[in-house]
Amino acid sequence: MSDQPQFAITIDQHKYLPEGGREVHAIVSVESSGGGAAATQQPAAEVIIIDTSGSMSYPETKLHAAIAAAQAAIDALRDGVYFAVVSGSNTASMVFPQQAQLVQADAATRHHAKQAVGRLRASGGTAIGSWLRLADQLFDPFQHGIRHAILLTDGKNQHETDAELDAVLYRCADRFVCDCRGIGTDWEVAELRKVANALLGGVGLVADPKDLVADFRAMTEAAMGKAVADVALRVWTPQTAKVRFVKQVLPTVQDLTGRRVDSAPQAGDYPLGAWGAESRDYHVCIEVPPGDVGKELRAGWIKLVVPGPPGQEAQVLATGNVLVSWTDDVALSTKINARVAHYTGQAELTDVIQQGLQARKDGDLDTATARLGRAVQLAEEAGNDAITALLRKVVDVEDAATGTVRLKRNVDKADEMSLDTQSTKTVRTRKGEG
Amino acid sequence: MTEDPSVVKTAELSCPVCDEVVYPGEDFCEACGHRLDEVAPAPPAAPVVREAGGCTGCGAQAIDGDGYCERCGLRQPADRDHIEIELPGPGGVLAAGASDRGRRYSRNEDSFAIAAHSGGVAVVVCDGVGSSPDPDEASLAAAHTGVTELVTLLEAGADPAAATRDAALRAAEAVAALAPSPDAAPSCTYVSAVTGPSTVTVGWVGDSRAYWLSAVPEAEVDTAEVDTGEFDVEEADTAEQNTADQGTAEVTALGASRQLTDDDSWAAIMVARGALTEAEAEAHPNAHVITAWLGADADEVRPNVRTFSVPGPGAVLVCSDGLWNYLPRAEQLAAAAGDAAADPLGTVRGLVRHALEAGGRDNITVTVIPVAARGNGA
Repeated sequence: MSDQPQFAITIDQHKYLPEGGREVHAIVSVESSGGGAAATQQPAAEVIIIDTSGSMSYPETKLHAAIAAAQAAIDALRDGVYFAVVSGSNTASMVFPQQAQLVQADAATRHHAKQAVGRLRASGGTAIGSWLRLADQLFDPFQHGIRHAILLTDGKNQHETDAELDAVLYRCADRFVCDCRGIGTDWEVAELRKVANALLGGVGLVADPKDLVADFRAMTEAAMGKAVADVALRVWTPQTAKVRFVKQVLPTVQDLTGRRVDSAPQAGDYPLGAWGAESRDYHVCIEVPPGDVGKELRAGWIKLVVPGPPGQEAQVLATGNVLVSWTDDVALSTKINARVAHYTGQAELTDVIQQGLQARKDGDLDTATARLGRAVQLAEEAGNDAITALLRKVVDVEDAATGTVRLKRNVDKADEMSLDTQSTKTVRTRKGEG
Repeated sequence: MTEDPSVVKTAELSCPVCDEVVYPGEDFCEACGHRLDEVAPAPPAAPVVREAGGCTGCGAQAIDGDGYCERCGLRQPADRDHIEIELPGPGGVLAAGASDRGRRYSRNEDSFAIAAHSGGVAVVVCDGVGSSPDPDEASLAAAHTGVTELVTLLEAGADPAAATRDAALRAAEAVAALAPSPDAAPSCTYVSAVTGPSTVTVGWVGDSRAYWLSAVPEAEVDTAEVDTGEFDVEEADTAEQNTADQGTAEVTALGASRQLTDDDSWAAIMVARGALTEAEAEAHPNAHVITAWLGADADEVRPNVRTFSVPGPGAVLVCSDGLWNYLPRAEQLAAAAGDAAADPLGTVRGLVRHALEAGGRDNITVTVIPVAARGNGA
């Protein structure tokens, strides 16, 4: 533990509320630096899950790309990392090793694993929950290091019920992190996003199978770069206050509110997964009973912790205060912190894109136009150029500033799915401000 | 006099003039010869008045290191939220001051400091400018620098008017030095009062004020004022013996209770020009806009300095606008102050309470120095 990265919490907020005000907003920025050495010493486990349902061979390039990508991911595993490769169809089965267990990576195991992956054939259906259940079983003896899975699929989850999938997700939450990738355009963005959110991972669309190799290598390298396995944001609030929401807002929007685990009197932990040298921002909103003018409260005491085993104290990596003070100075109480405003806009952007695309799918074109128009406006304001570019493939923009748009008649399915998967990606500040 | 070292406070361990270490029981500083027994130096750490036991909001016992209650989150009163200081002297209390956060602000951005010099007392009151960064640090630096410089200069034989001006300029430098950049300049107001055997000298920048509260009943003052027609001249002449080297000092004799300073404020300018009445100016949104302050963003600081002679008993009251907003006129203050000479601490406490009860919209700071009539005090 000597080479752990240094963590820092920065709180950005405007603490003044008007008389009677109840809602306190703050942006909690968590940044870690150093710890490169720790990452190479930290025990890590990786499970690669490849969809081998029949559709993976229509066209055959999908399966070929998946095989090449899995092989690249295996090459990116450093010596000593525990790993396995799983293939998924109606059920999950071991590709490497043959027994349901993890093996340590070295030149020989990597070689054998790549050979086994090269022999994959596609047939059967899609039951994502069963694949994850096998991954969970593999990770089970390994709960104290970095645990990361990559899941690649090309289709809808057709061969098990939603309830079955939900039960597996509930079981697997906080047991490993899973990044999900969809290949082709026959998979459901919302479905895969649900899996990724539950397992604190990201979701991405790989439109061109050629790009899959680089993407898998990057995901594996990122997982190998993690230095601390299970980090949580511990939020203490006054006895009379309650947490309205905790959302990750950078690099992507992810609502963590429902993930709270009560951890201490007046405190709850929100799991953040594994950390390397990176920074993420969280938007915390706390509701407090209104106080007298001039009174100051600590509305939230934010700690970054590594929860210990049951009965043991958590290790506190960094702390910060969210304050609130009531004033009758209107000039003070009407101010809004610029970063709170920025991320509020970014979260709204995520919502209106998803609502707009859903309305478009449902044939409600007025709603779709209004939501996507608002999205264009918000993306423009925030300087989120990546989203703006994707939106322009779905709508014709007449005036970005007012959000006046027309829906395009013919939209490439991949473009629409790409906008949907990217809708949660945020930018730190407006262009030109940083 | 016992010499129990446990009762020695750190504040008493150095000479207020030269900072040399001194010891309890010593009457004079071994280094500079300054008389120690009646000096209470500018307090670096003022006494704290805090309720014993638990959170002031919910009564919970657990208060964490940052000063927040671990149950209800309430920020506990800071050291500066309420401060009281009494300056003891050989014949009784020489002066007293109190400062309070008030009821509308979350911290106290006022500061004050009181010290004795061989001829009397020096006080400084400063009010941090709310729109500047770290106004609390500005006022703290200004008040303590001001009083330290005043005592040093006076003990070195400086004329009170010259000492008042120079101390204000030193305080201005101290405040300007706090600014990391001209765009982020902590700033504050400044008012000082120095009492001598027969004079009071005030100096100010901004809208913190000094008042004279006469101890002579109103009716008698009226008659006295008839007399002081000639008395004025006489006082001015006598005063010149003290201020001969200054040459420029105008000396007015104090009669009835009156304000001794004129605010450097937009309201005062409007009233002076006859553009607004006093009541109109006070009601105007710009009433509290000040036209001079200490800070790196201030124009050249030109302290106003005035010296008065003291023919009869009374008290000098120095305060921030947190008090005078509620009691702007000297007669109102005199009535609310009661017998300042008999109980200076009781007087400042009473005045702070008055402002709190009236709403406490701003930080409140008030100091009083009882002044005996010439001839009575010697």
